[in-house]
Amino acid sequence: MINCKVNGIPVQVAEGATILEASKKANVKIPTLCYNPDLAPWAACGICVAKIEGSNKMLRACCTPVAEGMNIITHDPDIVETRKTVIEMILSTHPDDCLACPRNQNCELQTLAQEFGIREQAFPKMLHDLPIDDTTGSIVLNPEKCVRCGRCVTVCQQMQNVWAIEFLGRGETIRIAPAADAKLGESPCIKCGQCSAHCPVGAIYENDQTKIVWDALRKTGEDAKTCVVQIAPAVRVALGEAFGLQPGTDLTGKIYTALKRLGFDVVFDTSFSADLTIMEEGTEFVKRLTSALQNGLGAATREKSMPLITSCCPAWVDYLEKYFPDMIPNFSTAKSPQQMMGAMIKTYWAEKANVRPDKIFSVSVMPCTAKKFETHRDETMYSSGYQDVDVSITTRELARMIKQAGIDLLNLPESEPDSPLGPYTGAGVIFGATGGVMEAALRTAYYLVTGNELKDVNFTAVRGISGIKEASVHVNGVELRVAIAHQMGNIEQVLNEVRKARDEGRDTPWHFIEVMACRGGCIGGGGQPYGATDEVRKLRIRGIYDHDEGKEYRCSHQNPYIKKVYNEFLEKPGSHKAHELLHTHYTERPLFLK
Amino acid sequence: MAYKNFILVCGGTGCESSRSDEIYRNLLAEAEAQGVKSDVQIVKTGCFGFCEKGPIVKVLPSESFYVEVKPEDAKEIIAEQVVKGREVKRLLYRKEQKTQDSAKVEDIEFYQKQFRIVLRNCGVINPENIEEYIARDGYRALERVLFEMTPEQVIAEIKASGLRGRGGAGFPTGIKWETARKAVSDVKYIVCNADEGDPGAYMDRSTIEGDPHSVLEAMIIAGKAIGANMGYVYIRAEYPLAIERLKTAIAQAKEMGLMGKNILNSGFDFDVEIRLGAGAFVCGEETALLKSIEGNRGMPVPKPPFPAEKGLWGKPTVINNVETLANVPVILTKGAAWFASMGTEKSKGTKVFALTGKINNSGLIEVPMGTTLREIIFDIGGGIKGGKKFKGVQTGGPSGGIIVEKDLDTPISYESLVALGSMMGSGGMIVMDEDDCVVDVSKFYMAFCVDESCGKCSPCRIGTKQMYNLLDKISKGNGEMKDLENLEKIGKAMTKASLCMLGGSAANPTLSTIRHFRDEYIEHIVDHKCRAGKCKDLVVYSIDAEKCIGCGLCARKCPVPCITGEKKKPHVIDASRCIKCGECFKACKFGAVVKS
Amino acid sequence: MAKMTLEELRALRDSKRQDLARRDVEGKEIQIIVGMGTCGIAAGAKLTFDAIVEAVQRHGLEDKVVIRQTGCMGLCYVEPTVEVVMPGMPTVIYGKMTQDIADKFVRKHLVEHSLLDNHIFDRPAADIIKK
Repeated sequence: MINCKVNGIPVQVAEGATILEASKKANVKIPTLCYNPDLAPWAACGICVAKIEGSNKMLRACCTPVAEGMNIITHDPDIVETRKTVIEMILSTHPDDCLACPRNQNCELQTLAQEFGIREQAFPKMLHDLPIDDTTGSIVLNPEKCVRCGRCVTVCQQMQNVWAIEFLGRGETIRIAPAADAKLGESPCIKCGQCSAHCPVGAIYENDQTKIVWDALRKTGEDAKTCVVQIAPAVRVALGEAFGLQPGTDLTGKIYTALKRLGFDVVFDTSFSADLTIMEEGTEFVKRLTSALQNGLGAATREKSMPLITSCCPAWVDYLEKYFPDMIPNFSTAKSPQQMMGAMIKTYWAEKANVRPDKIFSVSVMPCTAKKFETHRDETMYSSGYQDVDVSITTRELARMIKQAGIDLLNLPESEPDSPLGPYTGAGVIFGATGGVMEAALRTAYYLVTGNELKDVNFTAVRGISGIKEASVHVNGVELRVAIAHQMGNIEQVLNEVRKARDEGRDTPWHFIEVMACRGGCIGGGGQPYGATDEVRKLRIRGIYDHDEGKEYRCSHQNPYIKKVYNEFLEKPGSHKAHELLHTHYTERPLFLK
Repeated sequence: MAYKNFILVCGGTGCESSRSDEIYRNLLAEAEAQGVKSDVQIVKTGCFGFCEKGPIVKVLPSESFYVEVKPEDAKEIIAEQVVKGREVKRLLYRKEQKTQDSAKVEDIEFYQKQFRIVLRNCGVINPENIEEYIARDGYRALERVLFEMTPEQVIAEIKASGLRGRGGAGFPTGIKWETARKAVSDVKYIVCNADEGDPGAYMDRSTIEGDPHSVLEAMIIAGKAIGANMGYVYIRAEYPLAIERLKTAIAQAKEMGLMGKNILNSGFDFDVEIRLGAGAFVCGEETALLKSIEGNRGMPVPKPPFPAEKGLWGKPTVINNVETLANVPVILTKGAAWFASMGTEKSKGTKVFALTGKINNSGLIEVPMGTTLREIIFDIGGGIKGGKKFKGVQTGGPSGGIIVEKDLDTPISYESLVALGSMMGSGGMIVMDEDDCVVDVSKFYMAFCVDESCGKCSPCRIGTKQMYNLLDKISKGNGEMKDLENLEKIGKAMTKASLCMLGGSAANPTLSTIRHFRDEYIEHIVDHKCRAGKCKDLVVYSIDAEKCIGCGLCARKCPVPCITGEKKKPHVIDASRCIKCGECFKACKFGAVVKS
Repeated sequence: MAKMTLEELRALRDSKRQDLARRDVEGKEIQIIVGMGTCGIAAGAKLTFDAIVEAVQRHGLEDKVVIRQTGCMGLCYVEPTVEVVMPGMPTVIYGKMTQDIADKFVRKHLVEHSLLDNHIFDRPAADIIKK
């Protein structure tokens, strides 16, 4: 431990702690802009400057480690004035259209300007006339608003290992864009939206599609469609943050009510189709496992039937097709819960409710920007004969719609989702957290293999925030080894081990791998309310597992409505019909389209 | 047969661009033709430093110092000097204002106050011949380091010498080496920073061109001292001659076993590779340089960790610039005490400067630390061109500040220059006279910084551009007093909050000129006047009707044209159309065109 | 050139040092100036020059001696002529300095600091010294 003082207040910090961390411990807030606790300090903005007693030199608090006996000064007039001038400089390159900005009142630069009492433009404006890039359909890059803090670049390259965006140009002309000024839509971008979740200002944000939803909801007469909505597991524990609640607060029942009040005719829950996914993917896994047990794991590894890798995350699907095409055969062909739900709504439910599928407008509310892209990813997303999901909006967009509609979310009565595609099990809801798909799959796989129900359904080894998790489970005397990786940057390491084993003719180290592109899983998705840190993510995860604990059924195969849809419509998991509606395929894709 | 004469032809970039290579070839041909090939050795050397008068040819042992030599002079040089033993008087260097001959090097005031350690071999040996370097005690220091000293002793010697980094900041070299030696790692690196980028500075280029082995020897020594086996020279791609000489030197050293595996059977391995920089000024900053070698964008990263602890690919790395390294072999052969006997209390040894601007003898000079600026400018530099009035001298290039008349007697050291609001920098020294405008000069340097800012950190990225815009506004006569305040405000914040020294020092030229010449800034703002006549928008050209004889020369020279008048009658300039190119002013033989 | 050992490097340096040392003027206190006008050359001054260079190297004086050529010194009747300037000794011009006595001249004048009486012809005129 290191002893130091912050403005005279003694604090003790761990070796390697920065001035910023020491100050936090002393309850001193040093303003920052480019710093984000998820990311290694990039030290670009120049706002977090501080001094060490005895020296007039200003140091970056975000990246300067504390030394024993250091007397840190964080707020002398010189420092405050310097910070203010730097903020004024940044403002001189930033448009003044806060009122029309997606980050209005939720902008870190705006907050700084407000806290520093900036009341006039200190310096002449120097704006960049750069075009908006909305080519992905998921996220929008507005370089004019960009403060060049570099968070998105660090997110994309280091955290996510995608390398879609980087710095182009130098000096005043520096900008953020894909290499060679390609458009995002032509780049390796996987639409995970982590850049948008980390952007301190309104330079990268989700493609706002609320207007399309409003239009559909408000249509009357001939053109009117039946508006059906599904909400993803992770939305329920994060939406409250946009209304001032603690992260992790479970608003499921209130969200159903709010969606009804918004004008949706039918409210389903993606947790239901998560149960469906488990039935399909679980069956696929058991089938592959059985074959591997017969023919040997080594052969299965060579033939790429083992390990099975989950495919619920569309950003991950995109990443795999671009960076790991050689592992496509390992990928589960099961569609994601969003797309299974979309297919079921426009076929099974349409039939049951006697609504023509072309008269259904199907909306999903997701924690995710990549889900927008998934709705039209390839032709299998049109398995009903129509686009299975018409539009996907993020948690942030839903929050805005609720506010626009004047709905007092927090004081709403709770309600239940509609049947039959609403009721879900605890296994369905934990899809929202890292390890959740694996745990849900294990709960059902155990049943499928042994025919018995688990005494304890909790597989705690697969839970938690660490980037790569491993566990082994004994099922019928067989040791199942599983791995869970979340945050795209952690995937390569896991898959390279599989590749290596495969290429060297060894057994795969794992039978089943779960991958989610975002840190913490979907609860940390790129479309969730701003300000996610590990602290926030842990609270959201807690909310998810609390919800699971409270459910009557905690295994997908126990869901009576799942049994019902198989009996009435799908026959059995992996059936021909199930394959037509609930499965997809994958293709190698180039990193750059140009 | 022993050579009776030695003709040294400067092969530096400056002289090569004035056809010194042709001179060299002509001399060889003439020696052959006149049958004295065995009497004279003709050598192409590195830079002599006296670039003002290049191409330089020096003949030994008579010490005839020929300036502004042309290829066609070769015949006469051979015929007179080699055949007849007489000097070619018309080519000898003469003092401008004086009539008497001043032929010997020791008599040329340009060289009198110089002391050459770094440039010891420049202009003496053939840089493409390793044997000549070896003959002048080359690789003698390496011998000592490999066979007579422990790494700790080497570091102790460098520390005792007081050698500090010549790249700008002046960090003690020995301490840097010691830190890297103590860092625990299987792999360590030595990097030579040859990414010289200050406008007008070419110390490092000339050192490598004239004496590449001194740098390589020092890198091998540094490698042995810290426990590194690999070195990189990061050099600008715009230095083709230096790169070529370096490549030749590396090849020769490897061939002779002075580099590579098991050097001189000592068991020590060391290799050097060249990495070309694309000419980004910021890559002279060490962390940005390392990023560039790694193949990333050349952007500075925060320190600590310092490169000596975590540098190239995360391994301990010593980065020294060319000039720093060139001192090392001499220190280890002549001893730390000898080196430390030169200079001031905290700044030891010599410093190489590239002296340019409004000065009679521009060129490359090496002086002991503690020499005053006055000695450099007025003795070595021969004073201001055309007898104009000295206004200031800019040290440290775009990172330094202006030093004015009253401070010229300050002995040069790292500390004294900082105290004067400037810095040592890498050694650029640009002299300004009364015809230079401080607003214009500040604008020039700020434009450089705007172009060279990497754009990573906001104080520098935005600050340089804002300051440039304000200076531009003032130079155009549109300035307000508030702009002056803003220049100081931004400059101060940029200095304090920038991540690296590019931004941290970019405001120096502006802030120091405001400090010393505030009245001139105010003159631009309030009176819309540029006394030096440099700020085009503030200059008005008119014709004095009394003096104009109506010759019409000005009208013919005017590119617009906006000068009219009948023959033999006073002409008139249409000020509204005048582009202020100054051609009429230069053309008029009667002083009738008035600049105000 | 093959890879060297330490000994080879030292040997190379020693052999090359003498060549290079001749280019150096600075710090060399002894000047030997050989008259090489037409008359001097005709009388064998070139051979004398080479012999002096060799002798200086043989006596290990190359770091102290500058050997240069000059035009006719005016003492054409005693060519070859050689002028010697060195501290602690009077500046003298030796005449009839043929190659065979070069070594003796170097040994006596430069090493033993004694004049070769038989060969002294003049002290140089002031305009030749030029200081």
